[in-house]
Amino acid sequence: MSTPLRLKELSKKEDLLTGGHRMCAGCGAPIAVRQVLLAADVPLVAANATGCLEVSTTIYPYSAWKIPWIHSAFENAAATISGVEAMYKALKKKGKIDRKIKFIAFGGDGGTYDIGLQSLSGAMERGHDMVYICYDNGAYMNTGIQRSSATPFGANTTTCPAGRVIHGKPQKRKNLTRIMAAHDIPYVAQTTPAHWHDLMTKVRKALEVDGPAFINILAPCNRGWRTPTNNAIELCRIAADTCFWPLYEYENGRLTVNYKPKEKKPVTEFLKTQGRFKHLFSPDSKNLLKQAQENTDHEWDKLLREAACRAEEAETTEQGK
Amino acid sequence: MGKKLAITGNQALAEAMKQINPDVCAAYPITPSTEIMQRFASFVSDGVVDTELVTVESEHSAMSACIGASAAGGRVMTATSSQGLALMWEMLHIASGMRLPIAMTLVNRALSAPINIHGDHSDGMGSRDCGWIQLYSENAQEAYDNIFQAVRIAEHEDVRLPAMVCMDGFIISHSIESMEFLPDEVIRDFIGEFKPKYPLLDIDKPVTYGPLVLTDFYIEFKKAQHEAINKAKKVTLEVAREFEKISGRSYGLFEPYRLEDADIAIVLLNSAAGTAKDVVDAFRDKGIRVGLLKPRLFRPFPYEEVAEALSNAKVICVFDRADSFGGFGPMYMEIASAMMASGSSPLMVNKIYGLGGRDFMPEDAAAVIKELTEILDTGKTGILKEYIGVRE
Amino acid sequence: MKLKGWKELEIGAIIPEAGNAEQYNTGSWRASRPQWIEENCIQCLFCWIYCPDSSVTVKDGKRGEFDYGHCKGCGVCAHECPGKKGKKAIVMVEEGN
Repeated sequence: MSTPLRLKELSKKEDLLTGGHRMCAGCGAPIAVRQVLLAADVPLVAANATGCLEVSTTIYPYSAWKIPWIHSAFENAAATISGVEAMYKALKKKGKIDRKIKFIAFGGDGGTYDIGLQSLSGAMERGHDMVYICYDNGAYMNTGIQRSSATPFGANTTTCPAGRVIHGKPQKRKNLTRIMAAHDIPYVAQTTPAHWHDLMTKVRKALEVDGPAFINILAPCNRGWRTPTNNAIELCRIAADTCFWPLYEYENGRLTVNYKPKEKKPVTEFLKTQGRFKHLFSPDSKNLLKQAQENTDHEWDKLLREAACRAEEAETTEQGK
Repeated sequence: MGKKLAITGNQALAEAMKQINPDVCAAYPITPSTEIMQRFASFVSDGVVDTELVTVESEHSAMSACIGASAAGGRVMTATSSQGLALMWEMLHIASGMRLPIAMTLVNRALSAPINIHGDHSDGMGSRDCGWIQLYSENAQEAYDNIFQAVRIAEHEDVRLPAMVCMDGFIISHSIESMEFLPDEVIRDFIGEFKPKYPLLDIDKPVTYGPLVLTDFYIEFKKAQHEAINKAKKVTLEVAREFEKISGRSYGLFEPYRLEDADIAIVLLNSAAGTAKDVVDAFRDKGIRVGLLKPRLFRPFPYEEVAEALSNAKVICVFDRADSFGGFGPMYMEIASAMMASGSSPLMVNKIYGLGGRDFMPEDAAAVIKELTEILDTGKTGILKEYIGVRE
Repeated sequence: MKLKGWKELEIGAIIPEAGNAEQYNTGSWRASRPQWIEENCIQCLFCWIYCPDSSVTVKDGKRGEFDYGHCKGCGVCAHECPGKKGKKAIVMVEEGN
């Protein structure tokens, strides 16, 4: 029986990520992970890429994980869980296991967008019954805030510092969620822990899929973003309201944009909250702010058009039947 | 005993995998090991084995998936060569550090650059520090026999470490030799049931694999690994004794060939040892007391036993089919350490041969042995490390 | 605390006691601590779902005191608390006062 997605009911479940881990105060990642684990109503086994989450939750001899969990290396959470899932299939076929178990891989944007992209793509292509959860804080945070391909345009990181000649990251963010959708896997979604009901619904849909699923979760990092420790959730809401981080899902070919802000706020509302974008607000950086807004609008428009396009296609196919 | 077949090394190893019937196999093709997985894949497609075959997108993912599968709680195998092994290098260390008994066939091939697909030992030697048990095989029969023993050694309660069985690329993997297969039931009994340790799939007893270990605990885990791999020596001999009962073939830590009263000893690994044995016989016929030592268990290296076997030799030449650029050949360094630790001080030289699949011919061995007789007479070694068979 | 020697440690650095991080005190990290004002609490449980450290205790669907052994004083709960009639049910006070 599935626990209804109401906080009162969910609160009666056991937290499978315990307190006592060493993630920073106010970190968005453990908020997301707690919600993922609370949403699941089926036993899980997880693999985790090297990074903040992995390192800070398992400093020997302590582990904050109450589910079976494996970390092997940085770029291969997807490959590692593929092996676990394959063993499950093998033993199930032989009648050595009869319980239903689901498989999750956790990776930061570093271990997912960049070094982990190959093994992620491979696992998705092979069709393993697994859910890959990326907690996206927009940089290699664990090693001290270095840029990743998920780092937003203009962000100040230690490997693309805002200096006199170069003003933060010159490239746009890579849109990994849509790369995953292009793999034509049954379920792909984007969400934030501020939108806990959206997140948990999506996690359940992903787990229900018999095959690969991917969810990208925004996870604010107050160290790397230069924000206070108390506003990770608020930042996620602003991210969705400015369409910097849209909430959407691909389900068997259909794209649903789950949240269209009544009043789309300018992306500066998101950027101005964080020290990593401070330099974009200097008088001679107006063109950079303009570029940032254009990037966001471009992605948002693309998303809306694709949703409309897919809806039209689906209708045509339906009518043709 | 079993049936005799004319078969290539790769085909023999694929058959061995079929008989072992591992729970999971994750592999990626690379010459010259590709055929093992291809052949095995056809067994999977025909439902002749129960293995879940994961056709991963790189060798790094192959070893990663093997690690996940092994930690999940079952028997796991794979195969690779050269660049593939090099790509999975970090994962080899992780597999042994996590004490996962994965079994792998390594079809020895030269490392790039330049890219070369032929047989030498640079891949196996290059990974000798990674904590895997290493068994080397002269021919297809030995490789076939070794893989079953490797599974038993790896999974032994005192060991619990991954193991690789090496055989020469193309020379053995692709040439046909007459060898004997053991019946399926005999192998099944010999291999036995896999006993998982802390399986991830036991969800009632959740465990954490791969935590961050800081300066306060790391060296203790490495010490434990060191103790475990050293136990593999005794286990290798026990398993070999058991294997002799079912096969009639006896294996040890190495093969001594006419070594007992040898003044001159040569040390060679894998197929070239086979070539050299004939040359040793020819010299013996002329009254020269020369012998050969062919290592089998390379990791853990049986220092005392090797030193004992070579204790009478006054001149030793170690032939290396790999190099540690800027140092001596890898096997030379092991043999020299063994002799030094035992207190012997023979005259020792190192020859680097056969890299990139360059043929090692009887006359190459003969030329060296002749040189060794001169060293024995004069007591002078001359050049300590030399590349042989190279055009000037 | 005496650390274990190599012979006593688990094979391969495996941690068999799942979730034993609960024994680790992260409450000592705090510079400010959340204070629960029960009369302003509407039991929405936002604090519970948004806490990064599982430090809001709940029983039978209702929140209780904070787990000060783990709470790092990040202030997310106080920030997100809707409170009652404009008065927050969680306020941050300086630790040690």
